[in-house]
Amino acid sequence: MKRFTRTLGMLTACSAAFLALTGPSLAQETFKVGIVTFLSGPAAESFGVPAGKAAEFVIGELNKGAVPAPYNKAGFGGMKIEPIVIDENGGATKQVQELRNLYQRDNVDAVIGYIGSGDCLAVAPIAEELKKPLFLFDCGTPRIFEEAKYNYVFRTAAHATQDNVGLIRYMKMKNIKMDTFSAINQDYAWGQDSRADFVAAAAQLYPNAKLGADLLPKFGAGQYGTEVSALVSAGSDVVYSSLWGGDLQAFVLQSVPRGLAKRSQFVFSAADHVLPPLGDKMPDGVIIGARGSYGLMSPKTPLNEWFFSGYEKANGAYPVQAAYRVTQSILGVKNAVEKAMAKNGGKKPSADELVAAMTGSEWQSPGGLIQMKNGDGHQAIQPISFSRTKYNAEKKRVDLVDIVNFEAECVNPPPGVKAIDWIKGGMKNDKCK
Amino acid sequence: MNTFLTVILDGLIQASWLFVVALGLTLVFGVLKILNIAHGGFYALGAYLAATAVTMATAHKVPPGLGFILMLVSVALIAAAIGLLMERGLIKLFYGRDEVVLLLVTYAVFLIFEDATKLIWGVNPIYANQPYELFGNAEFAGLFYVGYDLMLIPLSAAIGFAVWFGLNRTTTGKIVTAVIHNAEMSASMGVKINRVYALAFAFGVMLAALAGGLTAPKISVQPGLSSEIIILSFAIVVIGGLGSVEGAAVGAILVGLARAASVHLLPQAELFMIYLIMAAVLMFRPEGLFRRETARRI
Repeated sequence: MKRFTRTLGMLTACSAAFLALTGPSLAQETFKVGIVTFLSGPAAESFGVPAGKAAEFVIGELNKGAVPAPYNKAGFGGMKIEPIVIDENGGATKQVQELRNLYQRDNVDAVIGYIGSGDCLAVAPIAEELKKPLFLFDCGTPRIFEEAKYNYVFRTAAHATQDNVGLIRYMKMKNIKMDTFSAINQDYAWGQDSRADFVAAAAQLYPNAKLGADLLPKFGAGQYGTEVSALVSAGSDVVYSSLWGGDLQAFVLQSVPRGLAKRSQFVFSAADHVLPPLGDKMPDGVIIGARGSYGLMSPKTPLNEWFFSGYEKANGAYPVQAAYRVTQSILGVKNAVEKAMAKNGGKKPSADELVAAMTGSEWQSPGGLIQMKNGDGHQAIQPISFSRTKYNAEKKRVDLVDIVNFEAECVNPPPGVKAIDWIKGGMKNDKCK
Repeated sequence: MNTFLTVILDGLIQASWLFVVALGLTLVFGVLKILNIAHGGFYALGAYLAATAVTMATAHKVPPGLGFILMLVSVALIAAAIGLLMERGLIKLFYGRDEVVLLLVTYAVFLIFEDATKLIWGVNPIYANQPYELFGNAEFAGLFYVGYDLMLIPLSAAIGFAVWFGLNRTTTGKIVTAVIHNAEMSASMGVKINRVYALAFAFGVMLAALAGGLTAPKISVQPGLSSEIIILSFAIVVIGGLGSVEGAAVGAILVGLARAASVHLLPQAELFMIYLIMAAVLMFRPEGLFRRETARRI
């Protein structure tokens, strides 16, 4: 009986202390944000989970007011950020329903999400219909703002064109011989769009290069024995691929022992995320992109130092592309919210005020300056870096050397021009000769 | 000439692991008359078990060769035990019911397996590629091949021969064959039908797991393996004829060679090739290439 009374007393005291601590914050205004990322499925390990971890880390730091300037004000303009995390796995139809739930049932103020191009294409019209802000943080297809106009939808990262234009520019800059090249890409939107951009960009800077084996295995094929034979038989100077995740790892594991990397120069448009799991299985000298100036190619700034080391400390691994991309999206929303609040006298901004503040805005991110220049101020352009792999036996990790950073305008089409038209027109830009 | 030889070898490598999976599927159908969708789940289970075994063997500094053997043995034993439990604890409750009911039961097990593997091993890819380097490299038709891939050809041929020999040249095999042809008559002759069913099911799913285990060192083991393989293996047994060992072999070789030829000569057709073969075969042989005509019993 005595023990029961003591326990009851302790519980009462704890409850009182909890209420005393949380009381004021419950009354405080919050900003609810839906975060949609792959927590399961093939894209989870490479992109979804790192993005989820980064969102958790960044929102936690923002709520504590622990982010370096200009983001040192707690939360979004003093409002506590309240995330609701949703799994993107399950297909576009499911995502449409989940997005409606986020806006209409959970009453989120904005949604930051979507890695899959198919999902982005499916959910954008829904946000527009509901007149709610949607910030696409990762998907690659150029079609979002090239085939439609949106007022409430933004993409806070550059699309896939920069990956391939940048790759070709890097190869030309480094005098990579490419009289012949072969390609292996997944047979779906990302693989097909990437291949089309690379082939078109190659036609500009390597006009005499001939395409040899041109392979499009299905997504998740996993076994590439026959494809490797075809690529080795083709014997091209360069083997280009936009494979990612488990598929890219399987391709490297199966092709390297068969001497493909010795016979042809590998160029991978989005391969930074496979370096930690592959380790010394990744051959030296492979040219890789990371879909931005990310990870081991990120700039040395206080903001990146905070993000890189903080994420690494929290998760035991350094951040790769998706982690950077969700971070730049969150910081972009913070920038827009605070811009809108400065205009409306410090109130929580309405959807329309937030949209107006975001349109055409620019902000600093760990990966460099993000500018909403394309898609009528709704589509970002950003700098991008490329490099070569070199295994570091001492650190037991793949390092990146020979890093080149390209300015955003150098690898992205100018406003109002379709990506493929810009490439076929010679990728003209004053900043890139 | 070199391209021709490359296509043959690539096709045979592809066919070798497909055959082991399809063999188990066709055997289970032949004996129990079940279209076992959970077969794909056993394939994935085998891959995950192999990855775990290799990781453990590496951690305990077991020599790679011994580790590889331990991997295969552990995969086979665990899968056979689970198969036995599944047949005795679940499948047998539905014997005599409509075939569609059993199809749904095995589909339910397939879904349970999908989630169970995620629960146990998580959603991230697992790598167990140490055995992939075990057999060195070899040059053939001007190309380097990984010895492990080449080893799969004689290994699957040996497995196929062992099954054929077991069914056709041993007393147990003859009993199983009798059950395949007429279960009621076999039972009336004193054959313990339930035991044959249990053993055949356990052996069939063990082959699926073994194929998964053999594939694991080449790939990243991740969710989704099971659905991928079940479509392929169903296509193969349909081409070869449900319940036929020879059919599984010929079906696997046809699919392997056709896929290799299309990758080398007409990459755009690669995804479509397997269905083209299936349509072509079923147009002329609706029962598959090796399915025997059976008299309808009244």
